[in-house]
Amino acid sequence: MNPNDMSADDVGANDMSADEPPLLSARGLTKYYGARAGCLDVDLDVYPGEVLAIVGESGSGKSTLLALLATELAPSAGTVGYRMAGDALTDLATLPEADRRRLLRTEWGFVRQNAEQGLRMAVSAGGNVGERLMAIGWRNYGAIRAEAGDWLGRVEIADDRIDDDPRGFSGGMRQRLQIARNLVTRPRLVFMDEPTGGLDVSVQARLLDLIRSLVADLGAAVIIVTHDLAVARLLSHRIMVMRHGRVIETGLTDQVLDDPREPYTQLLVASVLAA
Amino acid sequence: MSAMPTITYNFGYLDEQTKRMIRRAILKAIAIPGYQVPFASREMPMPYGWGTGGVQVTAAILGPDDILKVIDQGSDDTTNAVAIRSFFAATAGVRTTTRTKEATIIQTRHRVPETKLGPEQILVYQVPIPEPLRFLEPRETETRTLHALADYGLMHVKLYEDIARHGHIATTYAYPVMVAGRYVTDPSPIPKFDNPKLDDCPALQLFGAGREQRIYAIPPHTRVVSLDFEDHPFRVQRFDRPCALCGAEDVYLDEVILDDRGGRMFVCSDTDHCDQRRAAGHAGTMAPQGAPKGTSKP
Ligand SMILES: Nc1ncnc2c1ncn2[C@@H]1O[C@H](COP(=O)(O)OP(=O)(O)OP(=O)(O)O)[C@@H](O)[C@H]1O
Ligand SMILES: [Mg+2]
Repeated sequence: MNPNDMSADDVGANDMSADEPPLLSARGLTKYYGARAGCLDVDLDVYPGEVLAIVGESGSGKSTLLALLATELAPSAGTVGYRMAGDALTDLATLPEADRRRLLRTEWGFVRQNAEQGLRMAVSAGGNVGERLMAIGWRNYGAIRAEAGDWLGRVEIADDRIDDDPRGFSGGMRQRLQIARNLVTRPRLVFMDEPTGGLDVSVQARLLDLIRSLVADLGAAVIIVTHDLAVARLLSHRIMVMRHGRVIETGLTDQVLDDPREPYTQLLVASVLAA
Repeated sequence: MSAMPTITYNFGYLDEQTKRMIRRAILKAIAIPGYQVPFASREMPMPYGWGTGGVQVTAAILGPDDILKVIDQGSDDTTNAVAIRSFFAATAGVRTTTRTKEATIIQTRHRVPETKLGPEQILVYQVPIPEPLRFLEPRETETRTLHALADYGLMHVKLYEDIARHGHIATTYAYPVMVAGRYVTDPSPIPKFDNPKLDDCPALQLFGAGREQRIYAIPPHTRVVSLDFEDHPFRVQRFDRPCALCGAEDVYLDEVILDDRGGRMFVCSDTDHCDQRRAAGHAGTMAPQGAPKGTSKP
C-alpha cells in the first residue's frame, strides 16, 4: 500500500479512551543552554498507544524537548512524570538511576536520526537486537538469537544478515535495525528524533510504513520529532507545533494541518504545500 | 644479591607511606569483592607490562618472614619472573622459592598454580587491563556506571558475538567472571582453564594493574562464576594427552617445539607442579631417565 494514501486515523491501534490516564506527562518543561532558551514552559500529555508528532523549524527546540522527556537532559525547570506498568505517575527526577536505566531498556525506546548513535556498529545485527534481551536477563543463546531473527524479519532485514555488523548496511537498513533493537522488548513508549532524516524519499516512505504498522501492532505510544509535516501527517494522531522553544499550537494532526489557527502554523503548512 | 649496587632501599622498595596507601586500597578491594579500587600507582624501576601493579601490591603486603614465589606463564624461570624475584630479594631480603607449597606470597602473570592453594597463602596477579567492559564500552565514566548499576547485558553481548562468529564462546583468556554475585571482573589474562580455581579458593587473591591504577580482590572462599549461556555453558579447555614429562592429565599444557622438523611435545605449563610430580615418581612418555633436576622445560 502507498503510505501517502493513508492518515494515522486509519490505524486501528489508537484507542484513546477519554478516561485512560496519560502515560507521560510534562509540566512547565524549560531548558536553558546558558542564556539561550532551548525549550520554554512546555506542558504535554501522551496517552497509551498514541503517536504524537513534534514539528517546527530548525532550532525551534524539538530535540531539546524530546531529550528532556526521555530524561537524557535535566530540565532547568518543570517536571516529567511517567506511569510505570500498573502504577501511579512517577516524577522521573526522583527515580533512582538504576530504575531510570531499566526503564530506558525495557519500557522505552529511542530511535535516533544518526544510526551510529543508536547502534553498536561493531556488533552484529543479531547482537544489536539481542542486547536488550540480555540486559533484562535472557541467558539462552538460542532463544535470544531466535527472537533477534524474528525481529530482523519484522523490519525486513534478510535472515542471512543476522551475523553482519551494521557498518555494511545501507542507511535505511541501519534505521530498520535500530527500530528492531528498540522494539524487541515491546516498549510502551518510543521516542524518535527525525528517524527518516537523511534518507532517500522512497526509502523514507517504506520506513514510515514499517514504523506505523509496528507501533500499531505493539500498541506503543510514540513521540516523534520531525520537521517534515508529511511524516507527521502519516504517522501521528496528534501534533504539537513549536517555535522559539514554545509550543504554539497543538491538536489532532489532520485538524491542525488542514485548518491551522496560528499564523505561524499557516505559514509552515503553506510552505510545505508549496514545496 | 651481589649484582645489585649497595644502595639501601626501604623494605620492598616503596616508602612506608605509599605502602599504607596501597594497603588501604587493598583493604577496600577485599571489602568489596571484584570492585576495582583506584590507587595512585607509583613509578617502579621496571616498565609497565612487567607487572608493576602486581609488584606494588606484593611490596605493600610483603613482610620479612614471607617466602615469595614469582611465576610467569607458569614458569619460575622466565626473565620477567627472575627479575621480579631478584628485585624483592634485593630490596626486601625475603626468602624466595619456586615451590608453590612453600610460598606465602605468589606473584603471577597469566597462570594460577596447579597445586591447590591454602588459607595461609596470597596470590597476587599482574593485570594489564582491569576493565572487563573496556572493549565494548571505551568510556570510563560509562563503565563505572554500568558496574555501579550491575548493568551487565553488554558482557553477554560479547559472548553472544563469540558464539555467532565461531559457533562457541571463543574467549580463552581473560574470560570474564562474576564475583560474589555482584561485580563482573577480569581474572587477568589467565587461560579460562584456570577460572574454576578462582572459585571458593582458600587463598586471598589480589589483582594489581599498574598502568591503569586499579586494585581488586577476591577474598578467600568467594563465589566466582564464569559468565555463559544456558545452552552454551562455560567449559575449560581439554587436552587430548597428558604431560609428556610427568604424565599429569588434569593440568594446563604448553606446546614445546623440539626441533625444526616438526618435533614437539606437550608439558605442564606449571614447572613446579611438573617437578614435584616427577620427584614423586610420576613419568610421562618423554620423561628423561633418572631423577629430575630443578628445571623441567627442555
Ligand atoms: N547543547 C547545546 N548547547 C547550546 N545550545 C543548544 C544546544 N542544543 C541546542 N541548543 C540550542 O537550543 C535551541 C533548540 O535546539 P534544538 O536542537 O532543540 O532544535 P531542533 O528543533 O531540534 O532543531 P533541528 O530541527 O535543527 O534539529 C537552538 O537555538 C539551539 O541552537
Ligand atoms: Mg533536532
